[in-house]
Order: sequence, then C-alpha cells, then structure tokens
Amino acid sequence: MKNPLSENIIKIKPSGIRRFFDLVSEMKDVISLGVGEPDFDTPWHIREEGIYSLEKGKTFYTSNSGLKELKQEIATFLKRTQNLTYNYEKEILVTVGGSEAIDLAFRAMINNGDEVLIPQPSYVSYEPCAILAGAKPVIINLKAENNFKLKPNEILEHITEKTKILVLPFPNNPTGSILERKELEKIAQICIENDIYVLSDEIYSALTYKEKHVSIAEISEMQDRTILINGFSKAYAMTGWRLGYACASQNIIEQMTKIHQFAIMCAPTTSQYAAIEALRNGDKDVEAMRESYNQRRRFLLNAFKEMQLECFEPHGAFYVFPCIKEFGMTSEDFATKFLMEEKVATVPGTAFGESGEGFLRISYAYSLDTLKTAMERLSNFITKLRTK
Amino acid sequence: MRNEILAAIEKNSRIDLKELAVILGKEEIEIINEITSMEKEGIICGYHTLINWEKTSLEKVTALIEVRVTPQRGQGFDKIAERIYKYPEVNAVYLISGGYDLLLTIEGKSLKEISSFVSYKLSTLEYVLSTATHFILKKYKDHGTILSNEHEDFREVIIP
Repeated sequence: MKNPLSENIIKIKPSGIRRFFDLVSEMKDVISLGVGEPDFDTPWHIREEGIYSLEKGKTFYTSNSGLKELKQEIATFLKRTQNLTYNYEKEILVTVGGSEAIDLAFRAMINNGDEVLIPQPSYVSYEPCAILAGAKPVIINLKAENNFKLKPNEILEHITEKTKILVLPFPNNPTGSILERKELEKIAQICIENDIYVLSDEIYSALTYKEKHVSIAEISEMQDRTILINGFSKAYAMTGWRLGYACASQNIIEQMTKIHQFAIMCAPTTSQYAAIEALRNGDKDVEAMRESYNQRRRFLLNAFKEMQLECFEPHGAFYVFPCIKEFGMTSEDFATKFLMEEKVATVPGTAFGESGEGFLRISYAYSLDTLKTAMERLSNFITKLRTK
Repeated sequence: MRNEILAAIEKNSRIDLKELAVILGKEEIEIINEITSMEKEGIICGYHTLINWEKTSLEKVTALIEVRVTPQRGQGFDKIAERIYKYPEVNAVYLISGGYDLLLTIEGKSLKEISSFVSYKLSTLEYVLSTATHFILKKYKDHGTILSNEHEDFREVIIP
C-alpha cells in the first residue's frame, strides 16, 4: 500500500506539550487559568443581531470576500481607530477567524524556500502554517530581559536574501508584551531597507493597557508591506463565531481571496451579521471588558509581587508570563506539579516556543474570585517549593 | 477615580479596600479618603444587600404603585412625595414623566397588607387623584443582577 500521508504534513511536529494537555483534560475539579479566550459572553446586542439574521432567513452564502456592509464597517473602524485607509472592495477579506487569514497570507505569498521570521514565544500556528506553505521558518527567540519585545538587532541577525515575511505578533500571546510606536518605527525601517513584508497579527489590538495599540501599517511606507490581520474573537468575546479579516494591498488580497474562495467559500453568514453590529455599537462593551481585564492584570501582578515571583509588567492581551526559573524545573514539570498538587491549570511557556522555557502563561480571562483562589494556591505551592 | 470606585462598590459594597486599591492601581489610603468624602457628601447613601427573598422561607410581597396627584402651588410634587415617602412601608418614590406622576415600590407581608395600605392610607390622601397597584410576581433581574444566574463556564480547560 502507498503511504496515504503527505510528507509535508508529517514534517509538522505535534505540539511538544500534548502530554500535558492530555493530562489536564483528564483531571476533574481543576481551576483553569489556561484558556486563551475571553470569559465574557458575546455582548447580548451582538448575539441578538445574529439571531435576527437567522430569523430573517439570512442563511445563504455571502460573497467570497464577505458582506459588503461588513467590509465597509471594517474600513470605517480602521480609519476611526488607527487612521488607516483601506479600500473595502479591494483590500479587505473577511475570513474564518484570524487563523485562516494567517494561513491564506502565507499560502498567497510564499515561494518554496522563502524564509519567514517568526518571533517566539508566540501563538502556535505561525510555524506550521509557514511550513505548510513551503516556507522555511526562522525562529527569533525573544528575550526575557527585553520583556519579550522584538528588538531591531534580533531581526537583522536573522535576515538573509531569502527572508520574505516578518511575523509581528503583538500584543503578544503568551507574554502580553506590546510594541510601541517608536519600536515599530525602527522595525519598519529594517523592513523597508531589506524589502521584507510584515504579517501583523493584531487580534489583541483592543486589549492594551498603556497606550492605544499602534499598527505597523500606520508607519509611513509600511501599509503596502503589511498584511494586517485582526478579528472579532478577543475584542468582542466572539471566539466561537469564527470571524476575522485581513487587510493588505489589492494584489495580495486578490490571491488570498482566490484560496479562500476555493477552500472555504465564505465566512459564516450569521457571524458576519453579528460582526456588523459589533463594529457599529460595540465600543462600550470593549471598553468595559478592557477595564475588567486591566483590574485583573493589576491584581495578578500585585499577587506575584507579594509572593516574590518575578514577572515583567505586560501591557497587552490577557496574559501574564511569570518566570519560574528559580525553582530549577522545566516549565512543563512546574505546570504538571502545580496541576497535580494544587489543581490549577496553567500553560507551560514552552507551548509557545523554546524561548518560553522557564516561564508560565497565566490567562486572566477569569473572574477575580477565580484568580484569587488560584493565586492562594500558587502562593502555597511556591512556598512549599522554596522551603524544600 | 470617584467613578471607578463607585462602579466597583456599586457591584460589590463588601469589596476589600486593599484589593480595590490594587485593581484600580491606587493607594489604599486614597481609596479610603475618597469613600469617606463621598459618604459625607451624600454621594454614597448606604450599603445594602441584594437578597433573593424567594429563596427564603419569609413571605414577602412587593408592589409597584402608580399614583396620579394634583401638584401643589409653589411646591410642585415635592410636598406630596414627602407625605408619601414618610410611610415606612414605602421603599422607593420616584417622580415620573408620562401618564402618571409618582411611582412607589412597597413591600408587605401579604397582598392584604398592601391593599389596605393603598385603600386606607394612600388613596385617601388629599391631592391623590388615583392609584394603580401592580403586584410583582417574580423577580428575574434586580440591580443589574440576574437572580437565577448560574453561569457555567463552557470553555475548554486549555486553549493555546
């Protein structure tokens, strides 16, 4: 019999910490701080628009690139929040979550052997999607001493003639790190000088706690080099609706739309109607959720300070990334022991790349009460470890 | 800062002030001072408890009463409102725009207790033209809190 499998897919490593994930899923009565999605329900007025669209029988495909009204709202939103101008007919594509947009961008842009710069720790899908598109992923290991920000010299060290795309995953999952305008300007300059495109994954753009999010596309001469990816999951607590979008110059969006058209047809219709409402009337919801996250963020940082656990102050997303190196264990061992002894689930930093070793991702997409109990247990746990 | 404090304690008046200081990114002493000032200024008027009486063995009846009155020269509705809110059975009195003038909420042990209040005390007041009493059958949501709320976390335990 022929091998039924593609060599390309076999090359993709399964997640290194699958063992840990399996273990967690079998445990009962666990307090989880391991989830990368909001704890809020989608705001009711947004859900209602989804329901209305179903009642009215809007149950058909939309055009491949998405509802015209939604694309217009996305363009208006980007203009209003980031002063970016995109032509809604030619430069915006509505996708099945930000994830699909990441995949499409690689597939539309990569030639075999092109190199893609991927800073890590970062979300798990960039590397496999790049490989599947035929790219050679080049990992940039971000450093704790830089608060996991991407530094210009780190890019320069990894650039070759084959470098085509830089992935820019900020605000960052899992570290919560953000890049500010000055830092982006330096990165932009390198990209322009070395003719590199940027895949800017801005899915957490609504959740920053220091200054308003800045997109690298805002920096002069960068819009044409940037594939801006965003979506509704994190900002509007709409993960299950599976809706995101990509904005880029017409020639890129055209090719991405081609793949999307043949592989997906269109993003879910119900979700698109709900998303129009989210963009039109959802600002106050986002603001309220951001304020809640910010309170929890402050609570966790203070709790770490009290238990003297090292952690830099993250200004984005809904994660903190404390350092557990003092305990002389790997992240996975620490997370496993913490899970078994205190029944709290966290995610080992290594789930997001080797440079996450020695760190733990703790999500604060949980109520303050849950976080309080979890921090009591964490404090207990590390006190025990320290007295051993 | 006041609005942030009020937003937090309106939801949870028993919040630990040290914790409130942490989540708002302020010093505890600032929070205490602000709360004390707001109590003095009458911005914070009391600290109440939201109780779902249906879950207790106590019988309680709540009614909303619409009242139409004749306003008094020089004093508008205030004097009549005062006459009404002095009754301890009356929980709340609002001046309302629209089809009637005052809205009252009243709590009593039984339907009878409330109806006797309405017929013997309220409707016999001078200047009260008419009343309409609505008994509350079930409270679904009160003070922004869904009373039957058992919110389940449907999320997976771990998601990257």
